[in-house]
Amino acid sequence: MENTKEIIEHISNLAHLEFDDEELKAITPQFSKILDYIDELSKIDLEGVEPMTHVLEDVNVMRDDIVKESITVKEALKNAPKHNDIFFKVPKVFD
Amino acid sequence: MLKPYFELRQQFETGKESVVDTINELLKEIDNKKDLNAFITLTSELAKKQAVISQENFDSGKPRTLEGMVLAIKDNISTKDIRTTCASKMLENYIPIYNATSVQKLVDAGAIIIGKTNMDEFAMGSSNENSYFGNVLNPLNKEYVPGGSSGGSAAAVSAGLCHVSLGSETGGSVRQPASFTGIFGYKPSYGRISRFGLVAFASSLDQIGIFCNNLVDLSSVCDIITGVDENDSTSANLGPTRSSSKIENIYKNLRIGYVSDEVLNNCTDYVTKKYRSDLNKLKEEGHELIEIPIHYSEAWIPTYYIIATAEASSNLARFDGVRFGFRPELNEGDNIYVKTRSNGFGMEVKRRIMLGTYVLSSGFYDAYYRKAQQVRRKITDSYKSTFDKVDMVYMPTTPGSAFKFGSRNENPIKMYKADFYTASANLAGVPAINIPSGLDDEGMPFGMQIQCNNFEDEKMIGYANYISKLINS
Repeated sequence: MENTKEIIEHISNLAHLEFDDEELKAITPQFSKILDYIDELSKIDLEGVEPMTHVLEDVNVMRDDIVKESITVKEALKNAPKHNDIFFKVPKVFD
Repeated sequence: MLKPYFELRQQFETGKESVVDTINELLKEIDNKKDLNAFITLTSELAKKQAVISQENFDSGKPRTLEGMVLAIKDNISTKDIRTTCASKMLENYIPIYNATSVQKLVDAGAIIIGKTNMDEFAMGSSNENSYFGNVLNPLNKEYVPGGSSGGSAAAVSAGLCHVSLGSETGGSVRQPASFTGIFGYKPSYGRISRFGLVAFASSLDQIGIFCNNLVDLSSVCDIITGVDENDSTSANLGPTRSSSKIENIYKNLRIGYVSDEVLNNCTDYVTKKYRSDLNKLKEEGHELIEIPIHYSEAWIPTYYIIATAEASSNLARFDGVRFGFRPELNEGDNIYVKTRSNGFGMEVKRRIMLGTYVLSSGFYDAYYRKAQQVRRKITDSYKSTFDKVDMVYMPTTPGSAFKFGSRNENPIKMYKADFYTASANLAGVPAINIPSGLDDEGMPFGMQIQCNNFEDEKMIGYANYISKLINS
């Protein structure tokens, strides 16, 4: 297995997280212990067992397509950190 | 001390007590006990207004089912126009534009919301030490944790600050704090209570649950908030429960499943001893005790943490600083997602997002996530065959009573392992309820739980009332 530091770098990139040096110092040994612990699973032979994704295995709960009121633009923008009258505002993405 | 709602209601009806006075006294009591830190937001003014309406309804002889019942709501359950923070900096100023279905049903039934309770951030934790708003103290001894993640909801009921509270469970977050604070804590069958408005942690495991110090009031609330909801496609297609009508049943010849000494090996001596004495009492009443086999027990906690963190890493992707929630000051060239998430989430939440992202990442999915789903199937199958033979499973809720603050922070695995007795019910979706059972030599409580087959919630609450009286007599 790659070393934990490299794994953390890769995973934090995927998860859109970053850690400062002090946090890394705390999280690295803990993460390594947790990975060892969940590795318990690799010792169990479960060949042929159907994976279970959900308790309720009925799918496609359908409803009629009825046109009704939804939330207003004002409500949708209410909790946005930055917005104008009709849009969410984000930092410039392209120059 | 706050009387149970069912007693108080008779006095509201006859005019011996007033709803307005009750609310005012409770707000005073909450202020006296504010060091518990059970609440993140108090809704005092709203509660006072509601109390006037409730009083009018009693005066005119038209009280609703839960008229004047005082409720506290865990702060990850959406309340319209009332701040809902999930105990996170990420949602410190978030104000929902709608009520969760369970909240709406309670408000419609006349219940009064007195506040939003403190919790572990995004419901991730077993001690309530992971809140952006600080620790909740155990009302029975302030050096001890109240349990988590619904620590504030449990503490509020235990301290007599409300009649009933709502919490949420993903792996034991209602039953465990109920055990640590000496009250009842009910986790319904998966799908029995709508999750609409519950901020998602792990959607296939999450359920809203109920805390109360008596089962009469708990069952009244249960009968209001259960039932199918068009806004939650994972809600089970069933009407509301009718558990209130079964609460006083006396049961004969029950088949009770119990666990072997091996399963109890991480329990403290007083839990094991009380467990055996409870079983003896049940046997003396003529009930049949049947040992239930436990398979793959070493894999339960890894399985739970893999599934829960995988789903969490996906659910928490929505916190990106764009549409709602926190966004830090950004400098030229900063990545809005990375800066928002790294500054907005606390350490335990980040740790779990990391683990969840890892088990879903390319090259590891089959080794962890798929394997965990296979174990989940095995656990569920084993529950199914168990409930062919028994009416209920009876076992400890927690390996011991509450622990002291700071005693487990350095070792997350030790903290995770404490979920051993609770998490399997969430994986299989079966209903479970904590019953206060005993006290340790420090006087701190611990509980036992009853688990029943899927959708046998009504029966289970009846069993719980019967067994609770028996083991505490």
